[in-house]
Amino acid sequence: MTEQIEGSLGVAKAVALCHPGVVCAYPISPQTHIVENLGKFVKSGALKNCDYLNVESEFAAISVSIGSSAGGLRTYTATASQGLLFMTEGVYNAAGLGLPIVMTVASRAIGGPINIWNDHSDSLSQRDSGWLQLFCESNQDALDTHIMAFKIAETVGLPVMVCMDGFVLTHAFERLELPTQEQVDSFLPEFEPKEYLTPKEPISIGSMVGPEAFTEVRFLQQRKMAKALKVIEDVTAEYRKITGHHSGGLLDCYRCDDAELKLIIMGSTVGTAKDEVDRLREQGVKVGIISLKSFRPFPYEAMRKAIGDCKKVVCVERAFSFGARGIICPEVKRAMEGTGCDVKTAIAGLGGRAIYGTTINGIVRAAFEGKFKDEMTWFDVNSNVLNSYTKDVEGVTFPEGPLSDSQLHASVK
Amino acid sequence: MLEAIKFYQTGSNTIGNRLLNPSMRTIQASVDRPNSLTSGHRACQGCGEALGARYALDAAMRATGGQLMVVNATGCLEVFSTPYPESAWRLPWMHSLFGNAAAVGSGLAAAAQIRAQKSGDKVAPRVIAMGGDGGTTDIGMGCLSGMFDRNDDVLYICFDNEAYMNTGVQRSSATPPSARTATTMPIGEHPGADWGKGKDVPLIAMAHGIPYVATATVADLRDLEAKVTKAMSFHGARYIQVLVPCPLGWGTASNVTVTVARLAMETGFYPVYEAEYGKVTSVRKIRSKQPVTNYLKLQRRYAHLLKKNADPNVVARLQAMCDQNIKDFGLLGDEEPEETPTAIVAYERSQAV
Repeated sequence: MTEQIEGSLGVAKAVALCHPGVVCAYPISPQTHIVENLGKFVKSGALKNCDYLNVESEFAAISVSIGSSAGGLRTYTATASQGLLFMTEGVYNAAGLGLPIVMTVASRAIGGPINIWNDHSDSLSQRDSGWLQLFCESNQDALDTHIMAFKIAETVGLPVMVCMDGFVLTHAFERLELPTQEQVDSFLPEFEPKEYLTPKEPISIGSMVGPEAFTEVRFLQQRKMAKALKVIEDVTAEYRKITGHHSGGLLDCYRCDDAELKLIIMGSTVGTAKDEVDRLREQGVKVGIISLKSFRPFPYEAMRKAIGDCKKVVCVERAFSFGARGIICPEVKRAMEGTGCDVKTAIAGLGGRAIYGTTINGIVRAAFEGKFKDEMTWFDVNSNVLNSYTKDVEGVTFPEGPLSDSQLHASVK
Repeated sequence: MLEAIKFYQTGSNTIGNRLLNPSMRTIQASVDRPNSLTSGHRACQGCGEALGARYALDAAMRATGGQLMVVNATGCLEVFSTPYPESAWRLPWMHSLFGNAAAVGSGLAAAAQIRAQKSGDKVAPRVIAMGGDGGTTDIGMGCLSGMFDRNDDVLYICFDNEAYMNTGVQRSSATPPSARTATTMPIGEHPGADWGKGKDVPLIAMAHGIPYVATATVADLRDLEAKVTKAMSFHGARYIQVLVPCPLGWGTASNVTVTVARLAMETGFYPVYEAEYGKVTSVRKIRSKQPVTNYLKLQRRYAHLLKKNADPNVVARLQAMCDQNIKDFGLLGDEEPEETPTAIVAYERSQAV
């Protein structure tokens, strides 16, 4: 059924179609509308056999989810930003226990300074948590990815984070195509956990593991991640066949044939970039986009194939690692090791700074003009704002942006 | 009925179970006791927590007909019972984190309820969440209060040994004033834990208005069994705090665990009572009142108070604390307290003890 609805409502409806047994809610912008809508569905009786718990913190939200998932129920919760950090201990624990929880991260910057707007620093801070992290480029993609996420999580035996850009997607009204209940039922059967806590067959979950087996536990966890690569592809193929929707996957290429420059982007920026790439293509600029959907597990092989013999790649990144550089770029470099492919990072869109078509246009032009000399460039930095501080305090001024990493380092010498 | 027989378990005067009719015998006395926490685990000799956990969980197993699942916070009980690949638990058991046992319990109870609803089972398994005083009164307080707030169908049992024993005996908010711990050493002008710090979680639990709150000790195991059994007759959030002496942390001989717990009751140091919906409903009376020094002298954590050059005012203050508990909770005489007792730390803060 096609509806013109808010992204959050679309996701809530998609989650309801999957019949979770427990939904746990703690308010944090910008994920609130999703759990508000699910609360309505449970209270009205539209979503049956589901307990909806209003908890006192995100730490409790993930903990209740751990309990209900270990108790054998399909479990859903949502969070963002500070909330994700507050639940971090439980995030790692859920992965270690192999619980197939699905959680939306309505991606948002982390404070301080406090900032409610979109970037990817929250979800990417959980890079090593052991969760699968699937990024969505549109609300249709988000809606579909949630349905696929339950199947992927339950097949692999690991929790899945569905990362959708806060506000840009969660609060945007778009035309969305919801699959029917029959379609979802045929795709996603009732959750039958292999093991769960029950007096019928008592087991101990979460015991203490020392040096004699800890490495092996981690090896097996990593093996699940490796398994997930194929599962994501298989589940995507099955879902696309049933619904005809082109969502999900490990990554997605847009106008990549014969591209001399490929942009690697996660999330809603892909939509903006597609429009700009269309315009650039009309002008004869050979540029394509690789929309990276699965950040964890990272699809090294698929990435290498998608980049092919293209020698120029720019990762447009909405987060970075303090004291280091971009977060996506080193992964792509690993994928392209030995190929001579030039991979750079353009940092843009932090804390909700809008990435416009002109921003993408600027990145593409700069790439072709060979302006990305360093691995990382602060592409949309506003030097006036910087100088208003550094000029008075340290007597340092920056030229008009973009600013390269070496300019930043030179400024402290 | 039990009132008719006083279980004075002291020395050779102990009344054996065999003298009681079967309905009055302890669950532990039964040959078909569940042994929820079975032998072979790695608790220290004389561990009060292992004793309390075995009695409490076996009583709950009996009360629920075996329909029981347990969530364990990080701590000694978790560590000594489940070193991979072994487990001492003969019931469904899980451990997630230090501070989230109550919330995991909420999730597990919800799962049990929904699964029963979906499969048409009339009875859903019940849930106990449990932890030490650190995991309960400190790091687990948020999740515990949230579980109380929602009145989730979880019995939370706090095995209170009055410090962080698993990490090497550091002070918790359940550590009594002047007690020695690794972070409140008996040095300086005011040796041991500070006065006027701490919190009374049973009273905090009662302030949530939950159906059932009780305190107990491992000196009165029949009482502990009865309280757990009673707790399982209620639905909603319930809280039991059991005083479990720790030979390692308290500096007690491993054969005096029960004795020292009994002295905690008989001095008025640890009031033992029950409350329903925020009101005290019964109090375990002192049978043979003891001076607080009899309690202190068994424990090396208080040794600095009984030295020749020690400040006698500190023991006097501890005695005053016990006397205040006796008065507030009505631990002597026949009266039950009419008002909600005051947390003893309030007297400490106002210098009234």
